[in-house]
Amino acid sequence: MNINFTLIAQAIAFAVLIWFTVKFIWPPLLKAIETRQKEIADGLAAAQEGKSALEVAAKKSESTLNEAKQKASEIIGQAEKRAAQIIDEAKANAKAEGDRIIAGAKAEIDQEVNRAKEGLRAQVSTLAVAGAEKILRKEIDAKAHSDMLSKLAAEL
Amino acid sequence: MTTEHTQQAEHALTPSSYIQHHLGFNAHAVGDTSFWTLHVDTLAMSVILGLVVMGFVWWIARGATAGVPNKRQAFVELVFGFIDDQVKNIFHGDRHSFIAPTALTVFLWVFAMNAMDFLPIDVFAKITHALGFEHWRAVPTSDINTTFALALAVWLLMIFFSIKAKGLGGWIHELFCAPFGSNPLVWPANFLFNLIEYISKPLSHSLRLFGNMYAGEIIFLLLGMWAATGLAGTVFGAILGVGWSIFHILIVALQAFIFMMLTVVYLAMAHESH
Repeated sequence: MNINFTLIAQAIAFAVLIWFTVKFIWPPLLKAIETRQKEIADGLAAAQEGKSALEVAAKKSESTLNEAKQKASEIIGQAEKRAAQIIDEAKANAKAEGDRIIAGAKAEIDQEVNRAKEGLRAQVSTLAVAGAEKILRKEIDAKAHSDMLSKLAAEL
Repeated sequence: MTTEHTQQAEHALTPSSYIQHHLGFNAHAVGDTSFWTLHVDTLAMSVILGLVVMGFVWWIARGATAGVPNKRQAFVELVFGFIDDQVKNIFHGDRHSFIAPTALTVFLWVFAMNAMDFLPIDVFAKITHALGFEHWRAVPTSDINTTFALALAVWLLMIFFSIKAKGLGGWIHELFCAPFGSNPLVWPANFLFNLIEYISKPLSHSLRLFGNMYAGEIIFLLLGMWAATGLAGTVFGAILGVGWSIFHILIVALQAFIFMMLTVVYLAMAHESH
């Protein structure tokens, strides 16, 4: 238990050791640890970001898929509608064409009938006249009765 | 055997001489008065230990990587983190510029000096004797000069930081106006209170460590003495020596920790104003 000069020497040694630690030991260790801590924190933040980005992407892909499905069903609906429309149009066209053809045929038939009638009319009148002439040649004036005969012919 | 006995008789190896011999310092006079004495063993051991321990940490710190650390660096970082956590809980200023590194120095250095107690005391004495030293104490912290030097250095730092944080006027104001108030009637009481505090702090700080390490060394010496009494003494001395060594691991670490914690607490308290 004797205090002596050793105390001062030890205090100097202590001061030098503190100075050395403050200057050369603590800063590099602190820097290494803090850098690593920052790196880990950044990594965790990036992982979190990636996770949320993945979630967003999944949501987006789902909505895109839904949209595509909706669009596809819309397109199919439209196509079906269009097909029905085309069929209806074709049907209408065919009906119109048929009607037209029938009308044409009818008109032609009427025409033919009329022509035949005209021909017959002309022939009947001449035949009647000829027949009447042959009958009446003996007793009737052809000229006087031709009017009457033509009227008869017109009634046919 | 006979010659050894006669030699022992010549050297008069009594229990008290055995202990006195082991507790003798390798003292060198560097001046005229008794104060100017240097304990070469204490100084050499502490400086060597400081160089080895802090040199090791410095070696690791120099090559410290922010990436994946190797086992050596992980170990140093474990100690670093332990000290840093302790300081962070006590001191709320910028600890990295001084207080935390000081705590690391104190802890590692005191731990290393305390750990010299694990060296088998007589074997170590034989080695130093063979090297030509009559007296050579292995444990620098069982020299009151070491613990008092550390405690006084901390004490001076405490006053320095107190003045730095509050100004010279603030520090003197606190000497007279804390803890009882600024009424002039209680100035003497305040001053007395602070005086006692300033005296008791370095004393308790240094004597706690010194007492523990000194007592530990004495117990090792007593066990060694028991071992010298015969076969039964050797067996019991060895068994109890092992037990005390194991218990001493706790004391060595605990006292280093307590010394470090008190250093931090004192320096942190110096920053607080009342």
